[in-house]
Amino acid sequence: MTEFAGDPNFPENREYWEAVAHERLLIKRCVSCEKPHYYPRAYCPFCGGETQWEESKGKGEIYSYTVVRVGAEPYCPAYVTLDEGPTMIAVMVECDFDRLAVGDRVRVVFRRSARDGRMLPMFTPSAD
Amino acid sequence: MAGFFVGAYEHPARLATDKSAPMLHAEVAAGALADAALTLADVDGYFCAGDSPGVGPLSIVEYLGINPRYVDSTDIGGSSPVLHVAKAAQAIEMGLCDVALVTLAGRPRAEGDRPGGQVQLTTFPENEFELPYGPYLAASYALAARRHMHEYGTTSEQLAWIKVAISQHAQHNPHARLPKPVTVEEVLASPMVADPLHRLDCCVISDGGGAVVLAREEIARSLKRPLVKLRGAGHAIGYQRGFEMDITRTAGIASGQAAYAQAGLTPADIQYLSTYDSFTVTVLFAIEDLGFCAKGEGGRFVADNGLLSGVGRLPVNTDGGGLCSNHPAHRGGMTKVIETVRQLRGEAHPAVQVPNCTLAMSHGTGGVLGQRHGCATAILERVA
Ligand SMILES: [Zn+2]
Repeated sequence: MTEFAGDPNFPENREYWEAVAHERLLIKRCVSCEKPHYYPRAYCPFCGGETQWEESKGKGEIYSYTVVRVGAEPYCPAYVTLDEGPTMIAVMVECDFDRLAVGDRVRVVFRRSARDGRMLPMFTPSAD
Repeated sequence: MAGFFVGAYEHPARLATDKSAPMLHAEVAAGALADAALTLADVDGYFCAGDSPGVGPLSIVEYLGINPRYVDSTDIGGSSPVLHVAKAAQAIEMGLCDVALVTLAGRPRAEGDRPGGQVQLTTFPENEFELPYGPYLAASYALAARRHMHEYGTTSEQLAWIKVAISQHAQHNPHARLPKPVTVEEVLASPMVADPLHRLDCCVISDGGGAVVLAREEIARSLKRPLVKLRGAGHAIGYQRGFEMDITRTAGIASGQAAYAQAGLTPADIQYLSTYDSFTVTVLFAIEDLGFCAKGEGGRFVADNGLLSGVGRLPVNTDGGGLCSNHPAHRGGMTKVIETVRQLRGEAHPAVQVPNCTLAMSHGTGGVLGQRHGCATAILERVA
């Protein structure tokens, strides 16, 4: 896919990227109000409470998506609402973009970034 | 409120190959002050946003050689000038300045910016979780548009009507980047940039800028220009927390409510709207969030020339907007204020002038719709 910046660089996010490298997706949840959020933050954006990582099952549905058609090859940014609650931005891969729809079930896959070979969580259609 | 719009000027350039951004700031400042029959020596308040060259207002204040006793360079994205005119009026009201100059200028076109450009600063807290996926500007607006379509049945044809109406207005603006009227069919046939947004759903890239001058009432009444005052204003920041997502509502709901409350008015009172049109969908969301129709009804509201001056229910962006005329420095807030002032003075092009226009609104959606964004709303009034 097209090359983008966005290298991991905040120390408090190191655990997230180490998990991704081992093909595990982490989300953040508040210890106080128990709401999940995204993007991951050290303090809860709902109540200011402390947050902790938890592993997501990596299943969810498409909240919205688009197919970017400028540039070398099309790619498909999508908001995916995980079954645990938070909605994250990612891309859809290994599917026919023109057959996608809001609400489609998806699952996480881990693929290497074309830019630097780093592992990234992405999503692909799922039967369940 | 005590702030009166005494000067307004839009730079005629759309490509400024031989002029720097500071030079453009100086030219729009001079233009707005000439319009007001004031000079740089009269300016004691200065406002610009974070895009202006230098640290905050420092370099441009020096470049202009002004001596402001009040400055503000709050940046909430391209809507910042709409916020700045409210801040200027507040500063005047508090006696912190008498003549406030607000400038915006830039030359992204001369510098070779192309659609799809993306700011990449590693200090933004969201970047490492967003940028690897390339949700550049048009893609982010497309995500919001797609969700709106899913929830409310909005169509690409309805979005295209926004461009069509504004292109009809643009044909009367000799400076417009895209002065040729387009049809719904032409919008839909233009290349897809990021589904469901086509190339003609996107604003132009242009150089130039604009400036406005506000002054206290006694000064305004001593000048020769029609009297236009700020009647009410509001601003708000919108963002997502990734839980109970809703990217179909913007901070314009809050900024609009604050402006209506301060003005003591309702949407039915507004005769003309200048609203940020970075993309067609930006206009659709604003019309709903500002209360001109219910959430989800925007598609039907804009269809069939709903925004065409003299024809539709709400004339919008009679200068051709960012979609057809000008989006200087990638920021549409200043041109929105300027066309609102033109309408209230009766100085819009006769073909698009709203008859007896006494109450009009400027609204901006800066940042990124559906992500973090800053909305500012200002209601302006022509007074006797
Ligand atoms: Zn919490």
